[in-house]
Amino acid sequence: MLILGQPWMTNVVLEARELTAGYVPDLPILRGVSVRAMRGKITLIIGPNGAGKSTLIKAIAGLVPISAGTVNFEGTDITGLRTDRLASHGIAYVPQNNNIFRSLTIRQNLDLALRRGSANGVAVLDHLFAQFPALAEKQKDKAGSLSGGQRQFLAIAMALAAEPRLILMDEPSAGLSPKATQEVLEHARVLATSGVSILLVEQNVNQAMRLSDHCYILAEGRNQIDGPSDDLRNDSVVGEIYLGGRRLRSS
Amino acid sequence: MIQNLIDGVLTGSYLSLGAIGLTLVMHILRFANFSHAELLSLGAYSALVFDALMSGLVPTLAEKLAPLSLTWALIIAIPFSMIVTGISALLIDKLIFRRVREKGQELSMVFASFGMALIVRNIIGLIFGLSPQLYSKDIAFAMVLSLDPLILIKPDQVFVLVAALILMLILHLVLSRTTFGYALRAVAENPSLAQVNGVNLPRTIMYVWLIGGALASVAGVFYGLSHQLIPVMGRDLVLPIFAATIVGGIGSVYGAVLGGFIVGIAANLALVVLPSGYTPSVPFLLIIIVLMIRPHGLFGEARA
Amino acid sequence: MIGVLSYLVFFATTASILAIAVLGLNLQWGNTGLFNGGVVAFFGAGAYGTLILGGPPQEGMVGGFALTYPMALLGGMAVAGVMAWIVGLLTLRLRHDYLAIATFGVAVAFENLMRNAEWLAGGAKGVRGFERPFREAIGDGFLYNLVFFVAVLLILIATYVFLERLVASPFGRLLRAIREDEEAAQSLGKSPSRVRLTAFVTGSVIMGLAGGLYGTFYAFVSPQDVLPTLTFQVWAMLIVGGAGNNRGAVFGAFLIWGAWTISGWALSRFAPVEAQLYTGSVQFILIGAVIVGMLVWRPQGLLPERLIVSQQGSNPVNKRGE
Repeated sequence: MLILGQPWMTNVVLEARELTAGYVPDLPILRGVSVRAMRGKITLIIGPNGAGKSTLIKAIAGLVPISAGTVNFEGTDITGLRTDRLASHGIAYVPQNNNIFRSLTIRQNLDLALRRGSANGVAVLDHLFAQFPALAEKQKDKAGSLSGGQRQFLAIAMALAAEPRLILMDEPSAGLSPKATQEVLEHARVLATSGVSILLVEQNVNQAMRLSDHCYILAEGRNQIDGPSDDLRNDSVVGEIYLGGRRLRSS
Repeated sequence: MIQNLIDGVLTGSYLSLGAIGLTLVMHILRFANFSHAELLSLGAYSALVFDALMSGLVPTLAEKLAPLSLTWALIIAIPFSMIVTGISALLIDKLIFRRVREKGQELSMVFASFGMALIVRNIIGLIFGLSPQLYSKDIAFAMVLSLDPLILIKPDQVFVLVAALILMLILHLVLSRTTFGYALRAVAENPSLAQVNGVNLPRTIMYVWLIGGALASVAGVFYGLSHQLIPVMGRDLVLPIFAATIVGGIGSVYGAVLGGFIVGIAANLALVVLPSGYTPSVPFLLIIIVLMIRPHGLFGEARA
Repeated sequence: MIGVLSYLVFFATTASILAIAVLGLNLQWGNTGLFNGGVVAFFGAGAYGTLILGGPPQEGMVGGFALTYPMALLGGMAVAGVMAWIVGLLTLRLRHDYLAIATFGVAVAFENLMRNAEWLAGGAKGVRGFERPFREAIGDGFLYNLVFFVAVLLILIATYVFLERLVASPFGRLLRAIREDEEAAQSLGKSPSRVRLTAFVTGSVIMGLAGGLYGTFYAFVSPQDVLPTLTFQVWAMLIVGGAGNNRGAVFGAFLIWGAWTISGWALSRFAPVEAQLYTGSVQFILIGAVIVGMLVWRPQGLLPERLIVSQQGSNPVNKRGE
């Protein structure tokens, strides 16, 4: 509460405060989690299995009911908004798996994701195809025929089609080869540099920490620690407790 | 044999129309709607009402469109019946299925749909009487297609087939060319991802009922043109259209179309080898065969 | 007086037989979450099976094996079980609507086969000539019906006790576990489809038992006895009584059968003659309304399932406090 009005607040794009949320009313998975995403930065959320990372992203996206706490996006309260309104607020969400429509072609996937009523749909599409030439080549193919890495890029392209200012990414590296993981994460970096803010959940702690700006560690539905990713990465105590100890340093 | 094939194609044309709506509902709302066939009856009977109304208001509309037994009045009645049936489907969902959906599990919906089927079927019986009715009292003379061997085809049947194919083509264009169509397919494949991509789920479900009801109504009218209207026609149609969705693969519109024709043709070809009394069992046999060799149907995908 | 009593015995016999079928459905739907859209087929398999196996040989029919009665009844139950096993094998690993549709199809095909296959089931005439067991010892009439009713009641009680024990056993807990959370049950190393198949076949065999008793009671079965109506009635009984609860199932059977009988009587007594034709329609609307109404307003039924907390075994105080 003290930080309100601080000059750097203007850079806060999304702020979730004291979120309590879960699939079943009396069984919260998140128990008062607070995170902030900064403009043009990659904010990383890590933690052990069951920490509530994905639930946090889904709660922000309106897919998991929030029983307490607020979500604020660019000064607007968006707590518990309808998922289909996300895009119109300027938020995109890339789910962990099943994040493309296999039975639609690549072009149809993108057409669907394009912001309705957006005047420059064609321009957006051209821009996306320039960014992802592999998708442009296969645009008439069924999305189900894409490889894992290409699917992830299509999912990201679908998120970008709505011209969002914030992207929520839930483990984009899940099921990908190390090489594809690297490509996807590097692309996230490129997007952030271009001014899109990213809230990223990742299991691939090592690579993700190198690339992100700020990092939150969650456990058992609560905030544990947070700070600039580089600091946390080099903090031996954090490394020992949360990041799997020796494994991190030796790599 | 060829006659059976032709009859099968004609049976297939209305089964397909009925199966399209059923497969969409089954896939998107995830329950086997046993009351879907009653939408066919509802459509057929509301067309009967509008037909009488039109002929009463403008007697010239009641003239036959030779060589069809069809009248302008009935043709005009069809879109009205589509609207009435579509809205009825929507209302049944709003009043009954949605409440059950909110309270219970998916299987409660199957029970509720059986209950609705009983209610709708028997209310139709109470209103229109239990005896069969026809759109036109005139006998439509069959055209002889070929003399050797003798193959007969009624002009009405040609109309039914052509009209059904046109409707399917329109639906195909909508599904494959418009964002609305993509949204429908997206919801069928993955409802929550569709929402993430800005699709309004409740509204899409509404459209699914409207489309399913409208197509069912046409299917009902075509059934009535090919046979006769009886209040229990839904009872006889429910298994064939379910068989069509399973043969095609639940959720696949194209599968439903193909499945409808396969079921129609199989039921008529079966007459060559089986006594006609066994015809009602043919859809069941097809279901069993499909489940044994290709459980997810021709176009279906495994989905938990 | 004897007339009323005689009718009451007749009514209670039919209701008890139906209650056995409802108990079978409760195992499938209430305890395991399996939708059986063709109750009547398994019921009918028991009835036809018993009469064909136990009846005298008849000209032009394969049937008439004149087996001793218990063998015939068990045979009828086995026919129902085999049918359930085949259908279950094909559908239980698929999503749940396949079972619903396939069982509905079984019922349509079963009735269709019985109506047409004169060589097997006498076609539309049905199976006749069955000699009711112990008829010579007890004779016809009221006494026989009374004895038969007591026998049916004992079988109903035995079925009830068997199912209560089954539900309380580890197998019963497994059924509920699968119903509530299939994935969790699977992670415990249990094969849900095999467990469900067992429950489905067992439930269908119980329906076959009910059918066998029904066939015995009337000493006659025809396609008119295996119409879909029976499936709807049995469902309504379970839904009204309370799915998941065996007491509810029996209670629902008597209640709905009573309501059905009274409504049929009242309609034939008080409805104008020209409306008599529509008695059936009105009764179907009523039964449909009962099913839909219960699901909308009281989905747990009149006697809801007593939720058994899984830790109760370790805490005897809680068990008593239930």
